[in-house]
Amino acid sequence: MPPDKPDVLHGSLALMVLRTLDTMGPQHGWGIARRIEQTSGDVLELNQGSLYPALLRLEQLGWIASKWGTSENNRRAKFYAITRAGKKQLAAETENWERISGIIGRFLRPGGASS
Amino acid sequence: MRRLRVLWRRFAGMLLKNRLERDLEDELAFHLQMETAELIRRGTPPDEARSSARRRFGGIARTKETYRETGGLPMIETFWQDVRFALRMLRRNPGFSLLAILCLTLGIGANATVFSWIEGILLRPFPLVAHQERMMAVAGTNRGVPGHDDVSWPDYRDFAKNCKLFDAFIVDRITGITLSVGDRAERAPASIVSSNYFDALGVHPILGRGFAPAEDIGRNAHPVTVIGYRVWRERYRADPAIVGKNQMLNGLPHTIIGVAPENFHGTFVGWAMQYWLPLSMQELFDPGGYKLEDRGARWIEGFVRLKPGVSPEQAQSEISAVAKRLEDAYPATNRGRGIRLYPLWETPFNNAGTLLPTLKISLAVAIAVLLIACANVSNLLLLRSLQRRHEMTVRLAIGSARRRLFAQLLTEGLILAAFAAAGGCALAYTCRNLLVLLLPPRGGVSMYLPGGLDWRVLLLSAGVCAVSTLLFALVPAIQASDIDLAGAMRAESSGVVGGSRRALVRSVLVQVQVALSFVLLVGAGLLTRSLQAVEATSPGFSTANVLATTIDFAAAGYSRDRIRNFQALLIERLQSLAGVQSAAFTGLAPFTVRSYPSATIAVEGYEAPADQQITVDYVGVGASYFAAMGIPVVEGREFARSDTDTAPPVAIVNELMASQYWKGLDPVGRRFQANGRWLQVVGIAKMSKYRNLTEIPRPFYYAPLLQTGGGSGLQVRTALPPEALTKALRSEIQEIDPNLFLGEVITMRDQVGRTTAVRRTALGMLFVFGGLALLLAGIGLYGVLSYTVSQRTREFGLRMALGADTADLLRGVIRHGLTLTAAGIVLGIAVALVLTKLVADILYHVSPRDPLTFGVAGLVMAIASLAACLVPAWRASRTDPVRALRS
Repeated sequence: MPPDKPDVLHGSLALMVLRTLDTMGPQHGWGIARRIEQTSGDVLELNQGSLYPALLRLEQLGWIASKWGTSENNRRAKFYAITRAGKKQLAAETENWERISGIIGRFLRPGGASS
Repeated sequence: MRRLRVLWRRFAGMLLKNRLERDLEDELAFHLQMETAELIRRGTPPDEARSSARRRFGGIARTKETYRETGGLPMIETFWQDVRFALRMLRRNPGFSLLAILCLTLGIGANATVFSWIEGILLRPFPLVAHQERMMAVAGTNRGVPGHDDVSWPDYRDFAKNCKLFDAFIVDRITGITLSVGDRAERAPASIVSSNYFDALGVHPILGRGFAPAEDIGRNAHPVTVIGYRVWRERYRADPAIVGKNQMLNGLPHTIIGVAPENFHGTFVGWAMQYWLPLSMQELFDPGGYKLEDRGARWIEGFVRLKPGVSPEQAQSEISAVAKRLEDAYPATNRGRGIRLYPLWETPFNNAGTLLPTLKISLAVAIAVLLIACANVSNLLLLRSLQRRHEMTVRLAIGSARRRLFAQLLTEGLILAAFAAAGGCALAYTCRNLLVLLLPPRGGVSMYLPGGLDWRVLLLSAGVCAVSTLLFALVPAIQASDIDLAGAMRAESSGVVGGSRRALVRSVLVQVQVALSFVLLVGAGLLTRSLQAVEATSPGFSTANVLATTIDFAAAGYSRDRIRNFQALLIERLQSLAGVQSAAFTGLAPFTVRSYPSATIAVEGYEAPADQQITVDYVGVGASYFAAMGIPVVEGREFARSDTDTAPPVAIVNELMASQYWKGLDPVGRRFQANGRWLQVVGIAKMSKYRNLTEIPRPFYYAPLLQTGGGSGLQVRTALPPEALTKALRSEIQEIDPNLFLGEVITMRDQVGRTTAVRRTALGMLFVFGGLALLLAGIGLYGVLSYTVSQRTREFGLRMALGADTADLLRGVIRHGLTLTAAGIVLGIAVALVLTKLVADILYHVSPRDPLTFGVAGLVMAIASLAACLVPAWRASRTDPVRALRS
């Protein structure tokens, strides 16, 4: 893995999936992977394989639901959609993330930890 | 909540495994196609695009694996894998598997059987009865007199009225009844019960009704009966219109008012009741006259049910307080009288109390057998793990986790134990009623002692199975999965396997087996010695040439006068019979299950403690009873025919009564008061036993049968065998009155023998299991030694080549075996010294640390292990040095 492209942390992958599904509506796995890479400006290169177990896990948790459908190029594909519980979880996680990144940000600002 | 949902989804995923797999397959294929297409669209050449897409995806196999692990329940799936593999392994080695399963079946089966006995006899002895956990047995106490007593009906009613912590007071007095069936008379076990009996127990008759409250009251006023289910089916051919019909019981027609449900056998451990009679019929069925209005007539045995949440201590203190009030209110009858509540398993008046020590020993023995079996199987597994070392090494080498290997071995153990548990439960099912076979029938009626194989027993057995798996499989599993890979690979080629630690574990296991077998041998030895001591105890009367039987006058409705005339007539006829030396009637023959009547006495010149009432058991005996029984009258005279009810009341006291109450004075010619009547002492009888051989000596007196009345027991001194006398008696009785029922004719020797039956039962059990343990320990020792010998073939060959002779090798192996045994015996002595306290209650005239017993047990153990050493030692001495060194 190229050193300049950080691996996606497990927890944040879930957050990204939820966020993607929330904004774009139902998506198949490849679409989600593509979208995450695009959003990160191709800086974040997803190890695409790790997406599928993560999707399964989210589904088991009841935050997303899946259904077989037909893709834009007329092929059978599995589509994932966010559920109500998922939206709630996304809101909670987002807030949590912002708080933590705020704190970390303050630390990392010059002179942050010593003040 | 969410965790539960995940678990559920995973569980579903496990079941839908194939679909999950296919879906993932499709999904990944779609993904790769899209990615490839995208790359081509962006200008990558098609060949490169495909491999690039795969690269960007990462490891497909790894993704699938992670997906699978997330999707299902890997632990269960692996477990199934292990189970399937283990079954394959066990099939491949059927000899080993069968031996191991057999050992464990024996261990688990022994435990399950004993559990079922404890459940069915001690903990929940009464099928169909509600809330047995709140039931307790009620017995009377008498200050200054050890043991238990019965309760009078007026007292019992007062307890029921005044105690607030109890749901119910139930009377249940066992009795034997005589039924007239056509022109035959038959005996059957029956109970005299209070009218609340069926309602309070929560048992509803399947036909008719239980007793009504009015049926407690009125002297012989309610000749009604509830019959048992089996009697209904067998004797009355399941007659659906049985209710309202009549049956002659003890010579009086009784109306059948109900049929008890199937499986209800009453509330007396040891007997299955066939008839239930209301309290008002006491006089007809319970010897000794009408007692329902006499506070001093103690004859009731019974049970109480506590209210929910009431502790036995609270119940005891309430009933004791009421007993104290009764003592103050009725000093003449109740001085010193109390009540004691017993848990069902300690019930003093039925077989629960009698069997408690035996069952305790059985449990200890069963656990010991299980431990020995576990040690044996453990040893077998260790041996096999050596054989499977190659497999283990390879599996480790190709990347199997030690944890998985360990789990796999434990699973194999669990499967062995599971098979054994199933076998054990089948064994318990077969043996659940075995206990009754070890106890002889009493009075011709078989006892009824079923084990209870319910879910609690099964659950406990499953627990035993799990624990034993841990016991026997854990050590081998740890050892086998703990392989030094590099070392093992190297050693593989040279064929030397061993490891001194492994050898040590096996030696320890053998020592444990030797120790436990030794403990069982000591137990068996101690019980043998006490049985010998008991049987060597003289009962104080002759057991040879004395026959005993009973004639049921009550059943034929005899009056006192008629009994007297019949007795005189029969004795006269008997004495003219060839071979009969003397014969006498008695109120109660010694060593039966029934209890003697007792009398409150006052002795002239003897001051009793103020809060005590002196009570002494007595019995009415006919003229020449002492001669017939062979009990010497050491002073004064025997009873004579002239001691009739018109003559002055007299008594013969036993030696202890004479010395205790007359203190050095000669009681002959002096008087004492018994139940308010003055008796003159005319003789002193030598001490004898009255109920069993191990009872403590107690004061006792005899009164002339003509003055006490009754007398259904008949003692005959004769050299005739019982069958001959039975025939003679039958024909004599037939001539006088064919309606009289003659009971079983038994020698006094057998009568005495029956009281030691429980002791013999315990002993038999210890012998069987002790022998089995010895065998298992021998096999264990044999296994260890054989293995050692086979491993040391080379060494032996070398030694022989260097000049050692066969005797050296023989001695070496035997020394090894005996050292192991000696260590085991030392351990066994330590354990036995602690455990034999358990049997101390039923030991008789033997110390629980009896050195002789310990010595003999050690000797037997040593001989057994010597036998186990011989074959391996012989094999070692036959080592062919040339072949051994070449191999």
